[in-house]
Amino acid sequence: MFDTMTAETLARMQFAFTVSFHIIFPAFSIGLASYLAVLNGLWLKTRDETYLTLFNYWKKIFAVAFGMGVVSGIVMSYQFGTNWSVFSDKTGPVLGPLMAYEVLSAFFLEAGFLGIMLFGRERVGDKLHMFATAMVAFGTLMSATWILSVNSWMQTPAGYSMNELGQFVPEDWWQIVFNPSFPYRLVHMVLAAYLTTALVVSGVGGLHLLRDREDAPARRMFSMAMWMLVVVAPLQIFAGDAHGLNTLEHQPAKVMAMEGHYDSHPDGAPLILFGIPNPEEKRIDYAIEIPKLSSLILKHHWDAPLAGLDTIPDEDEPPVMIVFWSFRVMVGLGFAMLGLGAWSLWRRAKGKLYADRWLHRTAILMGPMGFVAVLAGWITTEVGRQPFTVYGLLRTSDSLAPVAAPAVAASLIAFIVVYFFIFGAGTFYLLRMMNKPAGTVRLGLRDAPVRAAGITPIQETHPDDAHGVKGD
Amino acid sequence: MFELSFIWAGIIAFAVLTYVILDGFDLGIGILFPTAKSERDKATMMNSIAPIWDGNETWLVMGGGGLFAVFPLAYAVIMPALYMPIILMLLALIFRGVAFEYRWRTERWKPVWDAAFFGGSIMAAFMQGIALGALVQGIEVADRAYAGGWWDWLTAFSILTGVAVVVGYALLGATWLILKTEGPLQNQMQRYAWWLAAGTLGFIGVVSIMTPFQDPIYFQRWFNLPGSILSVLMPGAVLAAAFSLFSGLSAGKDGQPFLSALSLFVLCFVGIGISFYPNIVPPGLTIAEAAAPDASLKFALVGTVVLVPLILAYTAYAYWVFRGKIDPEEGYH
Repeated sequence: MFDTMTAETLARMQFAFTVSFHIIFPAFSIGLASYLAVLNGLWLKTRDETYLTLFNYWKKIFAVAFGMGVVSGIVMSYQFGTNWSVFSDKTGPVLGPLMAYEVLSAFFLEAGFLGIMLFGRERVGDKLHMFATAMVAFGTLMSATWILSVNSWMQTPAGYSMNELGQFVPEDWWQIVFNPSFPYRLVHMVLAAYLTTALVVSGVGGLHLLRDREDAPARRMFSMAMWMLVVVAPLQIFAGDAHGLNTLEHQPAKVMAMEGHYDSHPDGAPLILFGIPNPEEKRIDYAIEIPKLSSLILKHHWDAPLAGLDTIPDEDEPPVMIVFWSFRVMVGLGFAMLGLGAWSLWRRAKGKLYADRWLHRTAILMGPMGFVAVLAGWITTEVGRQPFTVYGLLRTSDSLAPVAAPAVAASLIAFIVVYFFIFGAGTFYLLRMMNKPAGTVRLGLRDAPVRAAGITPIQETHPDDAHGVKGD
Repeated sequence: MFELSFIWAGIIAFAVLTYVILDGFDLGIGILFPTAKSERDKATMMNSIAPIWDGNETWLVMGGGGLFAVFPLAYAVIMPALYMPIILMLLALIFRGVAFEYRWRTERWKPVWDAAFFGGSIMAAFMQGIALGALVQGIEVADRAYAGGWWDWLTAFSILTGVAVVVGYALLGATWLILKTEGPLQNQMQRYAWWLAAGTLGFIGVVSIMTPFQDPIYFQRWFNLPGSILSVLMPGAVLAAAFSLFSGLSAGKDGQPFLSALSLFVLCFVGIGISFYPNIVPPGLTIAEAAAPDASLKFALVGTVVLVPLILAYTAYAYWVFRGKIDPEEGYH
């Protein structure tokens, strides 16, 4: 299957595959780490058992997801060198220090305090444990900040010059870190991570409410997640719009591909809702469009002219088909999230939040959709950056390591096999844990023979926390 | 330029050394995992590193990320040259990393994840050793890129260093467990530590004798002044560490064997450093050549000077929180 492909195609597939798998876990753990900090804070403040039960429940799920994020992330930090060494050599002076800062200010922080958050409450006491939990959450956000700065610089490079070796060299670190698309991308991604987590939590809450609508932890998590959705989904649509306008300014070709605008529209461009891009003929077949709406959204004027891909040289054109569709998937899901939030608000007002079985079923259906939207969004922005790694400056084909196709193909197959096996198993364990109610003592294990095997988990001898209160 | 790049070479060397000794002992526990005689021992072994392994492995990301940041050319040359060992190491680390959580989430598949923990640990250690051997043998560079073949890394010497690292890590693991456990498991590890220490010293000897023959320049560095002073001092220091290790084992000390084993690793690392200097990638790429421009080195250095001491402080704190003998009943799963 891979033997007719070039090393470049294979290396791109490998990067797309490994980074797509990887982003799923941070998208979840950024939101979940913050959620855990909130839960723990509320438990300490109110001493309401339900918060502690939820904290201990999601903590175990977090540990599994975080572990998967760590191991898939280590792969990323080496893949720049193995497959994209020319890119590394050329961009290292600019991007390398930002990544080093990510390691120093985020990875160590998360790793250093994760152990205390997971295992250490009784050893360090509530206050330090709360501090550790907050540090883990802060670490995930720091990590997002630095890596999104790196990605944004590749999209909208700034603050650099070129040296005689063809390397990008730093001129102004402020401009590099705070490059034009970074603030938008950061906000958009962090909100996406919060939405993703809110959807997972509401899906799990919905599932347990369907089984028992009096389940206190399920009610609490469902309610919290729905509030989150109500607040964040509209913010996200607003942030996404701002990000889109920023992209129009700096990467117009990407927006043309997202919009499906093969042709320029001198007096108002239509918004193409659906259609099938036809790259050969350079048009959208079967397009359903609203006249002039695209100009209104992007330029805030009905008759504003919008350039199309006909103004972009063919060799600089991103793959329209992928970008066009992934963008629609992301936007569609964003509005579905908004709808779910609005629905929950209405049912809450009617006092039916915990009783509306269709709301719970829909929440379950929407549970994984945050991941789909995150992936679709990343595909839009990354494929939309093609055919460049550093937008407009360094072509993807000029970034490749001197690797032979068979070596890349072999490692790609190995990654595919291992990732599906490992992360398939991990996803299964996560789902099995989520399938148990929040009060379950030992998540995910079949219950019986544990004592016989010799371990007495702490929860069985004394409940998760020794505060003189009995666990559940 | 000159001075900054050398400061950075020192920092990267420190990160790699920290990685080797920290992840060394927790990979070593993976290597020793099949010798556990009961589920209780397995739980003890794993719980002894569960809260800290993630932090240990972060030093590997620091080594790779740091290299990318301050020696991008070295990074761009080493990674393709060691393509296969690095990919295999990464895959192996995935297997052993997820085992920490997965094995507690299933009864039926527990043996699978136990095998993944062992297999991943030994494979990662072996590949790190191979990578070390291949680096010592030298990497061919032309036009700012790797210019060798795909199997250059696989030689008798690199396999030797691969096995040496596996044995050495197992020694670190065994002595860590002596520190962290008591009773039969501790006795078992004390017995193993004798053999592993003897094996490690044997490999140190063989690799040290063979290294100067990999490249004549190593010979010069070790057998001309001022290097030859170290040639006399190093074996003495290694013997002192070995004596301390064996006497600690005989006396049934808890901590001395582990600290002695660590100092063996530090000495070996210093030895490799002497062989390489002033190159970062033997035989031809020097530290100064591979360094990023000053502006990059300075920017990264500011944060490093502030953050690394902080990292060391809270890492030390985390070790201190989980100090003492391991209670296999303590866990959170």
